[in-house]
Amino acid sequence: MTLDSLPWFAVTYAQIALALAAAFATFRILVGPRAEDRVLGLDTLYVTVMLLFFVTGLRLGTPFLFEAALAIAVVGFVSNVALAKFLMRGEVIE
Amino acid sequence: MTVLQGLPLWLALLVALLLVVGSTLTLLGAFGLVRLRSFYDRIHAPTLGTSWGAAAILLASIFTWSWLEGRAVVHELVVGILLMCTTPVTLMLLGRTALHRNRRAGVEGVPPSLKR
Repeated sequence: MTLDSLPWFAVTYAQIALALAAAFATFRILVGPRAEDRVLGLDTLYVTVMLLFFVTGLRLGTPFLFEAALAIAVVGFVSNVALAKFLMRGEVIE
Repeated sequence: MTVLQGLPLWLALLVALLLVVGSTLTLLGAFGLVRLRSFYDRIHAPTLGTSWGAAAILLASIFTWSWLEGRAVVHELVVGILLMCTTPVTLMLLGRTALHRNRRAGVEGVPPSLKR
């Protein structure tokens, strides 16, 4: 290994670690004893996959994955707030 | 081959360090989500990923694209600011939801409501 391949190792490690984190979040979605655990797992999954998009964009050298990551961030926030509100009140818009 | 090969050595080292730190913090947060016992402990774990996990990876992305394009590329800050503003909102709402649902289900050890 030379010092030139250091960024390649870093990107590969980051992708593997983020994929593992997404797997942990999915475990909490599937297992979570109550509904709020599942929503928390979904929130973590959104953030993790968004970061994975950034790292993959660095690896492939394309700036187009940025828009996808931005859309994931916005949609993730709205959907999680709607789910939490639904669990608390039984309806989303009062 | 990744675009990161075109960076000078000092910047490549910095970006590699930021990527490793950010992804490790995110992984630790997600592991805490699996490992911790109660919901009120678990709700704290993923904030590792949304604070410095996201910040480090976004900084790595900003540095790389700024060097490659030869100008300041800061549109990753939009995602960073969005994440910084929206995560506390989601988690506070989720915590209150869990408290409300635990009270209604009659779970032991939940503080009572102040309303009479």
